[in-house]
Amino acid sequence: MILNAASAHHPDPAWRGRITAALVALFLLWPMLIASEFKPWTLLDAQSLGSTWHFLSGFFPPAHSREFLLLMLEATWQTISIATAGLTLALLGAIPLTLLATKSLSVSLLESGRMRLAGAVIRQGARWLLVLLRSVPELVWALLLVRIVGLGPTAGVLAIALTYIGMLGKVYAEILESSEAHATQSLLKNGSGRLAALFYGALPASAAELVSYTTFRWECAIRGSVVMGFVGAGGIGQRMDESMKMLAGDEVFTMLIIFVLLVACADLVSTFLRKRLA
Amino acid sequence: MSFVLRGISVRHGSAERSDTLCALVDVNLSIAQGEQVALIGPSGAGKTTLLHTLACAHRAESGEFSVFGVEPWALSHAERHALRARLFLAPQTPPLPPRQRVVTAVLAGCLPQWSFWQAIASLIRPSDPDAAYDALACFNLQDKLYARVDRLSGGERQRCGMARLLVSKADAFLVDEPLSALDPTLSLQTLDVLQQEATSRNATLVCSLHQVELALGNFPRIVGLREGRVVFDAPRAEVTEAMIAALYRNTQQTEQSDLVAAQPDEHIAPQF
Repeated sequence: MILNAASAHHPDPAWRGRITAALVALFLLWPMLIASEFKPWTLLDAQSLGSTWHFLSGFFPPAHSREFLLLMLEATWQTISIATAGLTLALLGAIPLTLLATKSLSVSLLESGRMRLAGAVIRQGARWLLVLLRSVPELVWALLLVRIVGLGPTAGVLAIALTYIGMLGKVYAEILESSEAHATQSLLKNGSGRLAALFYGALPASAAELVSYTTFRWECAIRGSVVMGFVGAGGIGQRMDESMKMLAGDEVFTMLIIFVLLVACADLVSTFLRKRLA
Repeated sequence: MSFVLRGISVRHGSAERSDTLCALVDVNLSIAQGEQVALIGPSGAGKTTLLHTLACAHRAESGEFSVFGVEPWALSHAERHALRARLFLAPQTPPLPPRQRVVTAVLAGCLPQWSFWQAIASLIRPSDPDAAYDALACFNLQDKLYARVDRLSGGERQRCGMARLLVSKADAFLVDEPLSALDPTLSLQTLDVLQQEATSRNATLVCSLHQVELALGNFPRIVGLREGRVVFDAPRAEVTEAMIAALYRNTQQTEQSDLVAAQPDEHIAPQF
């Protein structure tokens, strides 16, 4: 009673807006569910359950013959190498583009609140290049590159490098722009160069975030290189493709365990680095 | 002449906002090389804006402005940026990244003189730790040379910011409330170091202060600002108590409006 009286006297001005937003969201989501043929109940019908059981029952025990594990060791090493080499190449491309795309290093923005035309054009150009690079999924790059450089890890490395330049450049620029600008700006106001201001002002403020994001991307690169293995770019993914086609569930299971261990390792590396930099 | 300002007006905020108040109105000021000037006035009177204008950090809306005999806004972009190396602006909150080491934060004052590769090399191995040590020693902070900035207290950080000023090669120091985090004894010492340094290299010192007694006791020339205007500009002997009282009268009202109007530009600068 008391609540009702209160809401009658002081209607919440946000209430109608919230209801409308919720209804609009539902109205928009419904066609998407239909378009994506979202039918979760097919998971549970008898035929699906039977084939799931058949595939999963092959998982135990995971394959662990000495020969197979040695093969896995080699494939894992190749996967890690693809991810690391790809990410390193991506860093070489992303760092210069980040420096071009970061707004907080603009002296003209500092002076008058707006950028000079040349600076604005270069920044926008760098941003578009980053969009272009990351809008093509690494799998598509890999398919293209496999045709150019042939089957093998080179295609995977290049595909990761191209896509990740776009992702790293964008996120680095955003991290640098959202960090505390005071230190960088006062260095710029005292006449230091842009790059020096970045290294002395913005970088110490956001080093931990940058490292954390880079190790997360490394982890994504490991997963990405596995997926690209399916299209012939080498590594553990290629082996998994073969095992899947032969319905060797025990081998697939061993590989899944290796993935989990790899991701857990990436997480450990990230935690360790963040602790050192914090 | 170090600085000449004629009819300078500064407006904050973006051009689209017509309601923005003027942070400085028709300011006339000339400061000779080597002169030491204290800026006083109630909060939000435009002291920070004036210091930023002197540092060429933002452009005045109207009026004539020259630094060391040249008009900075008539210069090319690169020449103006080179001019900034001769002006040292020390903001009110010390601009020190918390995770940086004190030695690096102090040596950042040398950046305008260093090449990029020198700057990078100094990040890996400090290139002139002795200079940083000497600068810190002026403020009794020499023990903190290799400490991290976030281990310093507020007052230590503020003096660390001043140590950066000492290693710079600037010909003019524009210091914004250098004593706000210091106790009375340290305030006197810090001010003394700043003034001695300015005298010894014949640098101009413009310093905004909230402590009127310190301004009157230490600076030969006092500029009183209120609501963006220069209320008085006089040798300290001619500044009377009545002038000070008039400067700070009824400041309650101004503080209200200045919360919006007279923030340093970096907080209001529109983002594109």
